[in-house]
Amino acid sequence: MEYKDYYKLLGVERGASADEIKRAYRKLARKFHPDVSKETDAEARFKEINEANEVLKDAEKRAAYDQLGQGWQAGQEFKPPPDWGAGFEFSGAGNQGARDFSDFFADLFGARQAQPGGRAGFNARGQDHHAKIMLDLEDAFRGGARSISLRVPELDGGGHLAYRDRSLNVQIPKGVREGQQIRLAGQGAPGVGGAHGDLYLEVQFNPHAYYRLDGKDLYIKLPVTPWEAALGAGVKAPTPAGAVEVKIPPNSQSGRKLRLKGRGLVGAPPGDVYLTLEVVLPPADTEAARQLYQTMAQQLAFNPRQALGV
Amino acid sequence: MAQTDDSVVPVEAGFTLTLEQLAWSCGTEPGWIVSLVQEEILLPTGESQASLRFDAADLARAQRAWRLQHELGANFETLALMLDLLDEIERLRTQLRCVR
Repeated sequence: MEYKDYYKLLGVERGASADEIKRAYRKLARKFHPDVSKETDAEARFKEINEANEVLKDAEKRAAYDQLGQGWQAGQEFKPPPDWGAGFEFSGAGNQGARDFSDFFADLFGARQAQPGGRAGFNARGQDHHAKIMLDLEDAFRGGARSISLRVPELDGGGHLAYRDRSLNVQIPKGVREGQQIRLAGQGAPGVGGAHGDLYLEVQFNPHAYYRLDGKDLYIKLPVTPWEAALGAGVKAPTPAGAVEVKIPPNSQSGRKLRLKGRGLVGAPPGDVYLTLEVVLPPADTEAARQLYQTMAQQLAFNPRQALGV
Repeated sequence: MAQTDDSVVPVEAGFTLTLEQLAWSCGTEPGWIVSLVQEEILLPTGESQASLRFDAADLARAQRAWRLQHELGANFETLALMLDLLDEIERLRTQLRCVR
């Protein structure tokens, strides 16, 4: 287990006042809160900050943590002293999210599972679990059975946190959308004499090689040749249901949008596919190609910068 | 240890939740959810508390609201604004991805 320097995580001195700690935490929480942050490692950073705050904001926990001494380096191999915890009593019922804290935290303070308010009686229904599920866009388009694996945090007899791998075969509903919640009844935590909780999965899509997604609509950049754009042509474009033939109108420019109605994701009504044309020039890397460009240069009186007055 | 089971678990996509169910799922009290309804952060269907029905999007929004309040200290008045701004940022980011 690695030692964690909670002061360093919050960027405060060891002698920092409760107010300074609170301010430092608030500032970092705003920066790394997964709901508002665009930092890539926001979730991991936020967890660390929260854990540090959980210890340093609490006078009892902070005093206990300080007692470990200053000689430790972050990341150093750490074992709590044998008399650890003597003379300290950690009050309170733990906090929401404590089960996400590190082994270091769990070993020092115990990982108490949060109980939703006021329901910890007998015959309590099990907690609902929430997780994210990553799907390929094609899975959502076709629907069908798919195996997913989840890591379920559990406490062992000694109050230590352990993850159990669990795999489930789920039926992906056709037309499921990004951000949508799907429910798997009875797949949450076991209840105490009551029913199992439910499992909720928030659907996220893996980034796609060429589709961009906006709700049910799909956006694709469709490369075309200069002559297809200039003269008009029938070209193939991909859609989730398979390639379709598209008519490029004559005199099209880069950036022109074509809509394929109803060819997007499943729904009522179904989404659309938007093609944005992108004229791609053939490289002038052969004598023949250079000749063709030369001919155009000589025979087409064309100044694309006319509107700029030059 | 992996636990495998070959049976396919049925999935519900268009589910609704009662006030009690939503509160339970968010690990909070019904009263807190009612405050979200009063601030029009959640717009359930139904007239009386017993007949309120929340959908899947409300669940995601309520959870986000819970996190913002308990982890960033947002109060109910600013929560509504934060959630609207976050929705707007998400919408703009999506659009940006589509035009790039």
